[in-house]
Amino acid sequence: MKKDNIQNLGFLVLFLCIVITLFFLGTIIFFVVVRGAKVISLSFLFEAPRRAMTEGGVAPAIIGTFYLTLGAIIFALPLGVACAIYLCEYSPKSFVVNIIRMSINNLAGVPSVVFGLFGLAVFVKFFNFGVSILSGSLTLGILVLPSIISASQEALLAVPRSIREASLSLGASSWQTIKKIVIPTALPGILTGVILSIGRIAGETAPIMFTAATFYIKKYPSSIFSEVMVLPYHIYALMTEGTHPDKQTAIAYGCALILLILVLFVSALAIVIRQRQRSYHHA
Amino acid sequence: MRIKETIYKWIFTIFAFASLLFLVGIVVVLFKEGLPIFKHVKLVAFLFGKSWYPTYEPAEYGILPLIMGSVWVTVGAVLVSVPLGVGSALYLDELASYKQKAILKPIIEILASIPSIVFGFFGMVIVAPLIQRIFKLPVGLCALTASIILGVMAIPTICSLAEDALSYVPRSFREASFALGANRWQTLTKVVVPAAGSGVSTSIILGVSRIVGETMTVLMVSGGAAMIPVSFFQPVRPMTATIAAEMGEAAMGSAHYHALFAIGLILFLVTLVFNIIAELISRRFRIKLGLNR
Repeated sequence: MKKDNIQNLGFLVLFLCIVITLFFLGTIIFFVVVRGAKVISLSFLFEAPRRAMTEGGVAPAIIGTFYLTLGAIIFALPLGVACAIYLCEYSPKSFVVNIIRMSINNLAGVPSVVFGLFGLAVFVKFFNFGVSILSGSLTLGILVLPSIISASQEALLAVPRSIREASLSLGASSWQTIKKIVIPTALPGILTGVILSIGRIAGETAPIMFTAATFYIKKYPSSIFSEVMVLPYHIYALMTEGTHPDKQTAIAYGCALILLILVLFVSALAIVIRQRQRSYHHA
Repeated sequence: MRIKETIYKWIFTIFAFASLLFLVGIVVVLFKEGLPIFKHVKLVAFLFGKSWYPTYEPAEYGILPLIMGSVWVTVGAVLVSVPLGVGSALYLDELASYKQKAILKPIIEILASIPSIVFGFFGMVIVAPLIQRIFKLPVGLCALTASIILGVMAIPTICSLAEDALSYVPRSFREASFALGANRWQTLTKVVVPAAGSGVSTSIILGVSRIVGETMTVLMVSGGAAMIPVSFFQPVRPMTATIAAEMGEAAMGSAHYHALFAIGLILFLVTLVFNIIAELISRRFRIKLGLNR
């Protein structure tokens, strides 16, 4: 009997672990949703802030987040996918390629603030793009480059060897095989990686603090050399600057809710695509 | 035809090396902008100096308080996230029904993508006042608050990766254990966990690496005092928070600027070591379970 008592106790502990985990994460979402929903309205979404950030909406920050995310993807997607195609399809299996793979994996774990330092030194100062959408997009693009490369690589590796060989044996060249067979088959996997990176970029704050973001500008960005307001940085600024903490906290709840909805929706989408792909492969 | 093939191959090669160039560039920039600080202060004095007063005259650049800030917060966060993360993973793998797992696993993966700024914000408005009231502290922004928030933040990452490792343990291992008369708990603790041990430790290391490098959360909730902490109730200033808070005001090319890059360099090296260890362990894990590809 003792053996079973230990088992029951052990299973109870494990059950408590998942309950506590879901409780903590649920609480965060609950507070943000309940308090954020009070603030969100059409004017909150479509108007610019007024009276030193204590009234009005956050439209410029939403637009800024959109521009930065778009810019980063435009930059990182072709580079990352091309790099993955080279590593999987063209590169010789050698020691050097292994080193390259390992360094890409390692760069995926570098703290985001370090990418911010790189962006500051290279894009803002060295290329003299200043604090701008361009600098911020490039910095965020480099930040997600490793994850796009490894997601694409994984998708490419999952393409069965047999269908490549079938294509080659029909007389297709290696580029034709890649274009017509390998990329279409790997596309859902690549897409998942890209969508997950969109979620990550939209929520990143540290890398854009010194490369793109500004607390308050009256105008909407006019070119890629403008500074922008961005949702995550706006939350930080509302909480740490200004003189009306109560009003600002309410607005910050609204921003947090918008950001949360955006990011959770995007990553749920990616996970659904992946789940489908998996069941398709298993079937 | 042949020419076209060669051209495509070269295009991909160039793209691949262009992206590598950026990635190598990060290392180069960190060294180039970080190393000049050692013209102002010796390496030992930088790493072990007890006072960080970059804006005083004369300035002092000792980052021991910042390192200790990171260490305290990380240790605290690990105490929160590792038991809960691994425990949840064990629950998902061992106890959850097929249906429960099909729902809970994706939910936890989705939760892993909540931006750190949301955690920082929540910590500032909800958790810090709560901690302040419970422990009767002068301020709620302290190492304890930062540890709790960072810990909760890392749970989904650790849980999801640990669950992957557990699910790779072949079914035959369990069946052999049951056949010998072990019950489920004994099988779990004596067979499944040891078999997945290195995979689970990889998930823990990657989780810790994420905690060490986390910036916005600690910037908002750790309190920001550059002192060597002696308890969890004191405000601290971890390395990442220092960079984020001070880079805006450090003049380009000043000693302060170089000092912040040097802190970035140290962060980079620390996370690099963590990732290499994780990679080595996970490689051994795959070989052990016959998953080497």
